[in-house]
Amino acid sequence: MCLAIPAQVSDFAADDPNLATVNIMGVRRKVNVALLEDDPPRTGDWVLVHVGFAMSKISDAQASEQLDLLRQLGEASEAVAEADGYDFAAEHDPLPIEPERNPQT
Amino acid sequence: MKYVDEFRDPRMLRGALDEIARLVEPDRVYRVMEVCGGHTHAIFRFGLQDLLPPNVELIHGPGCPVCVLPMGRIDDGLGLAGDPNVIFTAFGDMMRVPGSLGSPLESKARGADVRIVYSPLDALRIAQQHPDRRVVFFAIGFETTAPSTALTLLRARALGITNFAVFCNHVMIVPAIRAVLDSPDMRIDGFIGPGHVSTVIGCRPFEFIARDYGCPIVVSGFEPADLLQSLAMILRQLRAGESKVENQYGRVVPWEGNLPALRALAEVFEVRPHFEWRGLGFISQSALRLRESFDAWDAERMTGVRGVSVADPKAAQCGEVLKGVLKPHECKLFGKECTPSYPIGALMVSSEGACAAQFKYGQLVLK
Repeated sequence: MCLAIPAQVSDFAADDPNLATVNIMGVRRKVNVALLEDDPPRTGDWVLVHVGFAMSKISDAQASEQLDLLRQLGEASEAVAEADGYDFAAEHDPLPIEPERNPQT
Repeated sequence: MKYVDEFRDPRMLRGALDEIARLVEPDRVYRVMEVCGGHTHAIFRFGLQDLLPPNVELIHGPGCPVCVLPMGRIDDGLGLAGDPNVIFTAFGDMMRVPGSLGSPLESKARGADVRIVYSPLDALRIAQQHPDRRVVFFAIGFETTAPSTALTLLRARALGITNFAVFCNHVMIVPAIRAVLDSPDMRIDGFIGPGHVSTVIGCRPFEFIARDYGCPIVVSGFEPADLLQSLAMILRQLRAGESKVENQYGRVVPWEGNLPALRALAEVFEVRPHFEWRGLGFISQSALRLRESFDAWDAERMTGVRGVSVADPKAAQCGEVLKGVLKPHECKLFGKECTPSYPIGALMVSSEGACAAQFKYGQLVLK
């Protein structure tokens, strides 16, 4: 639950600007970005996600550091399981059930 | 020595370790508390204590949200789950946390509709899918998690979803630090400040620690190099006779925190007069509850919430471990009656709990 998971923003829901599709270690899910309203992320930006909400914007370098850290702490699979479990926006746009592997990560 | 050697590049850390060695005075004992459970996990995982001079001691603080939740609250939550009309939802971390009548998982085994969610928004969605049932979300966590609950409640209100309720157990880190500082059997020389909590509350709320207690605090990242650098910053302050708040994790933590998150917290929650912490007892103004304007979504107003305090098993010494008075392995039950498979105290449940972390990674260094 206390995981901070790096995610890259790919696009935004047409009907809800606070809902962004992100790539979390190869899993495509929607997360809520309302907490970043003062400095909204754009496509390609990295954010740290906690329980379905983007908490802060981070740089590419920080994102890869954070990914390494999750792997080293043995929490990478937990992070994927958590991202996989986000179900709240599934009705907006049916996303592939099988996670897509991101070639960059 | 898999966990100690595998991921650590000694050259990267050498600079910080050399500085720590230079700053430490040999005839003084330094007790530095890391407040955040994520830091505790990283410290054990990377074996950082073993790299430090013997007179620098890392004390593991109360910043693991499932670890500080008292039995009475779990019993009350599971009391709600006993209603066949209720779908009881909680984060996976909660599932094995023992109440006096068992854990949420055991409650599920006995027939209660207990479901794991990964976001409070998932619980809200379940409520939308089951308009004939009442969905209770068991909310736990420090200020990192509380804004998510707040935004979920604001959404429930905006959408007029009335079969959703939150059983609020959100706690605040600053009163816990104050309780540690005020505890007569504690002496802490400096704090490694929480990383992700501070992305929400910023660094300003820690100023009293430096000002009123003369204690350095450095908000830190989670990499081994971050933690060692933060420790060096604390030792530098101690050496210079200073006490101030510093931000080692500036690349993620803004000094003023996250204003939209703070606004959401203020709109939905108010501070409770007091709240019980497992092992630490009642701490005044240390937790959040829903404001009256959210009564309709407040599970605490539902029948079945008794609000009684339930004592921990007598033999367990969770309180002493939480305050850093005892090391995890100095508890009588550690590794015997109390293990991660059959936890008696909550510190043995989460990977962020000092006992579970020491059980998993610390066996080789037990003295």
